[in-house]
Amino acid sequence: MVKINGTAADLAGQTVAQYLAQAGWDAARLAVERNGDIVPRARYGETVLEDGDVLEIVRFVGGG
Amino acid sequence: MNDTLMLGGREFHSRFILGSGKYSLKLIEAAVRDAGAELITLAVRRANTREQENILDYIPKGVTLLPNTSGARNAEEAVRIARLARELGCGDFVKVEIMRDSKYLLPDNAETVRATELLAREGFVVLPYMYPDLYTARALADAGAAAVMPLASPIGSNKGLATRDFIQILIDEIDLPIIVDAGIGRPSQACEAMEMGAAAIMANTALATAGDLPLMAAAFRQAIEAGRKAYLSGPGRVLSRGAAPSDPLTGFLRD
Repeated sequence: MVKINGTAADLAGQTVAQYLAQAGWDAARLAVERNGDIVPRARYGETVLEDGDVLEIVRFVGGG
Repeated sequence: MNDTLMLGGREFHSRFILGSGKYSLKLIEAAVRDAGAELITLAVRRANTREQENILDYIPKGVTLLPNTSGARNAEEAVRIARLARELGCGDFVKVEIMRDSKYLLPDNAETVRATELLAREGFVVLPYMYPDLYTARALADAGAAAVMPLASPIGSNKGLATRDFIQILIDEIDLPIIVDAGIGRPSQACEAMEMGAAAIMANTALATAGDLPLMAAAFRQAIEAGRKAYLSGPGRVLSRGAAPSDPLTGFLRD
């Protein structure tokens, strides 16, 4: 299982790019962190998710 | 007169840093316009697929983004959030904001110094939010901060310059722009801080909770500009007692 923003999902074997496209994310407005390290946008296509991975997917929101 | 604010090698003509929290995305454009703001703060949070609207689509072109590290409880978490903000593709500016206290939302000065040092080393333009303390401000300057952002009163309180005398010490002693952040509730308070020599004002809640947000943004802009001009001019003197006429003491209509 892969944990994405705190929720477990069966995504091992998919690339980050495949997951983002299939789940309907707007990849241009996101940043992705995998196991504490940022996944650069250019590597979404080659980064394969593995069991036990922890992903954080973030965006900007209003703040002070 | 060319009076500009330099931050991280960038030149700003506006001295009003606008927050974007707690109000409708649809009001952001009007707020930026009427504030005359060139810097706007943002926060980084977990994304979800339900909300397709993105705040970046509402911020006018040419405005520099100042992501904050809100949610960070220590230096490492602040560094992590700053890196994610940079990956979001909006430059190297970051407002370090570290707090472990959820009742008063006071910044942790020691962790803020650590985060500033780590982030400056990674090439960020670091603007640390801090409790106005002279030794901390000196440490922030040594750590490579581009400015120091002391709080006027607790975040979101609109209470104004509760720390007035301590902010004045930072203005007098620290050779960096002092940007008054947090707690400024009214334009008169922003004007007073600028008269004291603050380099800029950051406000969010004062606008978000105002009756007419764009109108209050315009009021803040004018107050900040007025205070700046008064500071550059230097104030008139104050008499300790008595009075001094403003009219000639000759030429009265009597013998």
